[in-house]
Amino acid sequence: MLTAYRFIRARDRIMRVIFLSCAVFSVAALGCICVFLFAGGVPFMLKTGLGNFFGTVWNIHTGSYGIMAMVVASLYVTALSTLLGVTLGLFTAIALFKFCPEAAVGPVRQLVNLLAGIPSVIYGLFGLIVIVPFLRERVSHSGIGYGILAASLVLAVMVLPVIVSVSLDALNAVPKSYHEGALALGATEEQSVFRVVLPAAKSGVFAAVVLSVGRAVGETMAVIMVIGGSPVMPRSLFQSVRTLTSNIAMGAMELTGDPAAALVSSGVVLFFFTLLLNISFSLLKGGAPRAQRRAQKADT
Amino acid sequence: MLKDAHKRQILKYAALRFASRAALVASLAALGAVIVFILLRGIGYVNMQLLFGDYGPEPSIRPALFGTLYLILIALAIAAPVGVGSAVFLTEYTNTKSRLSRVVRVAAETLAGIPSIVYGLFGYLVFVVALGFKYSLIGGGITLAIMILPVIVRSTEESLLAVPLALREGSFALGSSKVRTIFAVVLPCAAGGIVTSLILAVGRIVSESAVLILTVGMVVNKMPSSLASPGTSLALDVYYFSSHGYPRQAAATGVVLLMLVIGINILATALGRLLGKGELANG
Repeated sequence: MLTAYRFIRARDRIMRVIFLSCAVFSVAALGCICVFLFAGGVPFMLKTGLGNFFGTVWNIHTGSYGIMAMVVASLYVTALSTLLGVTLGLFTAIALFKFCPEAAVGPVRQLVNLLAGIPSVIYGLFGLIVIVPFLRERVSHSGIGYGILAASLVLAVMVLPVIVSVSLDALNAVPKSYHEGALALGATEEQSVFRVVLPAAKSGVFAAVVLSVGRAVGETMAVIMVIGGSPVMPRSLFQSVRTLTSNIAMGAMELTGDPAAALVSSGVVLFFFTLLLNISFSLLKGGAPRAQRRAQKADT
Repeated sequence: MLKDAHKRQILKYAALRFASRAALVASLAALGAVIVFILLRGIGYVNMQLLFGDYGPEPSIRPALFGTLYLILIALAIAAPVGVGSAVFLTEYTNTKSRLSRVVRVAAETLAGIPSIVYGLFGYLVFVVALGFKYSLIGGGITLAIMILPVIVRSTEESLLAVPLALREGSFALGSSKVRTIFAVVLPCAAGGIVTSLILAVGRIVSESAVLILTVGMVVNKMPSSLASPGTSLALDVYYFSSHGYPRQAAATGVVLLMLVIGINILATALGRLLGKGELANG
């Protein structure tokens, strides 16, 4: 009897340790990623000097590894795609919130969720067979379809599902009484949505923006297929350039020595950037429920 | 004067309402176009040679089908037990405010935000360089496992939290130990949610390509002989074909990949709904 009890207690303790080590695995994995990336990248940054590393010339043959051109291209692509995606996505969410037949909302949401799961190479392929030829023939004067605009359009479509579903959630989380109160004060439906509900959902909408910036900065394969790939400073929207991520993927197959270390270093830069985004995202997310709780308290 | 301002207001809001409806139509058109154009371009080129043939002068995606399968198996073999285990620890052994659970949560959120190409670099540095595996399916699979871990942890946690406390208390009252309660009561009750989250994780694995380009080597023309051999996946094949002068095969592989991912998502949704209903009937 006693031994059975001891066995059960021992088993409980052992399983607790096993579950604990599973939980610690994520922390350990994150630690490993930091250690390996920094050990692989930081010495190279110091060796070339930060000035050279953030210089504008990337030429593997002459041994200059300046990532500035790629950083600038990444920033352009991110800004443009976020601007397009957020504008379109936010208005779409608003339409789904109040200005469309209610029966349509469910199916549209399902479609949007489905599209959020589609692989990035599919979006890249779409860009390659539809957007790039369209830009080349109809829009670009230089006869080049590849470049920042193509990549931004592809990314804007790609981040659309995320923006729509996150901002729709934010709008739905605003207490109904806000909307009803505005209507009772004589506001029209539109005034209530745009002047009362939307400002109340502000933090959720910002969270959607941050999420889409994160996806746009980090996206590799959809971009690599439509951006051309020359490591030069962007001068036009229709010009073959490279982003930080596509630079890493393009060098992937011939990684050795200094070029490899340079790519790992640009990985470190990316990593830092996404860390910053993560922190601002969790600050926003931490802020959102608090504001809502306050609102709900005011409600009752 | 007042009337003018009023008119302007009315016009402004009518314009905003119109803009939001137009945006809805444009979004649906853009997202629908992605699926329709890929299908139209590729479906005619899906044939037996491409799907199951030997890789000769005509390319085939058989190595990619096997590579994808191996990657799914490796990644799930690691991420499923670790992810479920860590969700169990977070919900059953700690309260959400404890320092450890906060640290784990922050780590998981950070992991979820890292771009996949950075995971790829990590996998490259660890498995290809440090451990000397060269490009291999096993290295890619393990890297993918780390990548999908946060997804599994988060959704498993949610389904564990949805199990009513009364069930656990009932089990304890009957004299069960903690471990027995977890394995005989809590996990079976949450099984539907956990399986759904695993299926969604499979969707992520199938979709991923940036991690794999740096870890499994994109060897499109050879069947993987073992887990340690280099390989490819469906998503990598799409990229390879489109960048190496096989536009038809790229579109056809895109169709296969698209169907697979849509199928996985529908399966997960249907299963979630089915099991959700079952739980409702039982409770």
